[in-house]
Amino acid sequence: MPEELLRKTFEIRGWDFENAGERSAAVTTILKDLDVDPSIILRVGVVAFEAEMNVVMYAGRATLTLVVTDREIEVEVADEGPGIPDIELAMQPGYSTASDEMRDMGFGYGLGLPNIKKNSDVFSLQSEVGRGTRVHSTIRLMSYG
Amino acid sequence: MTLAAGGGRDPPNCGVTAMRLEMLRDLLRCEVLTGADALDTEIDMAVASDAMSVVLSSPHPRALMITGLTNIQSVRTAQISHLSAIMYVRGSRPTETTVKLARDNKTVLLSTELGMFDCCGILYSRGIKGGV
Repeated sequence: MPEELLRKTFEIRGWDFENAGERSAAVTTILKDLDVDPSIILRVGVVAFEAEMNVVMYAGRATLTLVVTDREIEVEVADEGPGIPDIELAMQPGYSTASDEMRDMGFGYGLGLPNIKKNSDVFSLQSEVGRGTRVHSTIRLMSYG
Repeated sequence: MTLAAGGGRDPPNCGVTAMRLEMLRDLLRCEVLTGADALDTEIDMAVASDAMSVVLSSPHPRALMITGLTNIQSVRTAQISHLSAIMYVRGSRPTETTVKLARDNKTVLLSTELGMFDCCGILYSRGIKGGV
């Protein structure tokens, strides 16, 4: 069984563009303090940041949970947003329902979910329209390939 | 707008593989917004886009980001992607809050009056690779 080294949960507020990215930055700081390999921190940071931006753009609020074990790092973001009607479509690079205002913020180009999946060793997405979305990403530490 | 200098191909062989930020500052007539003490940092790769997810989709640590996006997410993207510096084009400038975040994270911020295409072309012709 993997040994859990750290578990921390952050609150994310929707439409709070000014502070968007703060939790992801905090996640990377935690991993640096744990002396995690920089290439792993980069992948976790991209996963957390894209997921955080999705919440800020689409959902009212969410939690981001970071779990570090001796074998892997997990990031789970669970929101209380509108949900995704067609997950397969949402996973296609370039597909987006973002507004021009969101794109003016530098996001909403239909790359967020594909970027999260690309940087994950294990990726899952569950969503229910009207209830919310849960994104789970696992990134293995290098010594466990 | 999204451009990547060189489209991933190697630039012309002009004998340059890396460039100090101070040389880049002079070449593109940049104003240094923060990080004046780190202009001896060398970059050999650049990515150019106003879409931060494009930068995040192919992060290249220690690269230069060229963008017209001046909000705080530009600096967050640089921080998450481990980029060395951001160059804002078309004379665009971020707010003081954004500059402060960059200062705290030791990210160099530059601003040039040139457009994105010209910046990419000049840097590519000088041997800087495109990070796509």
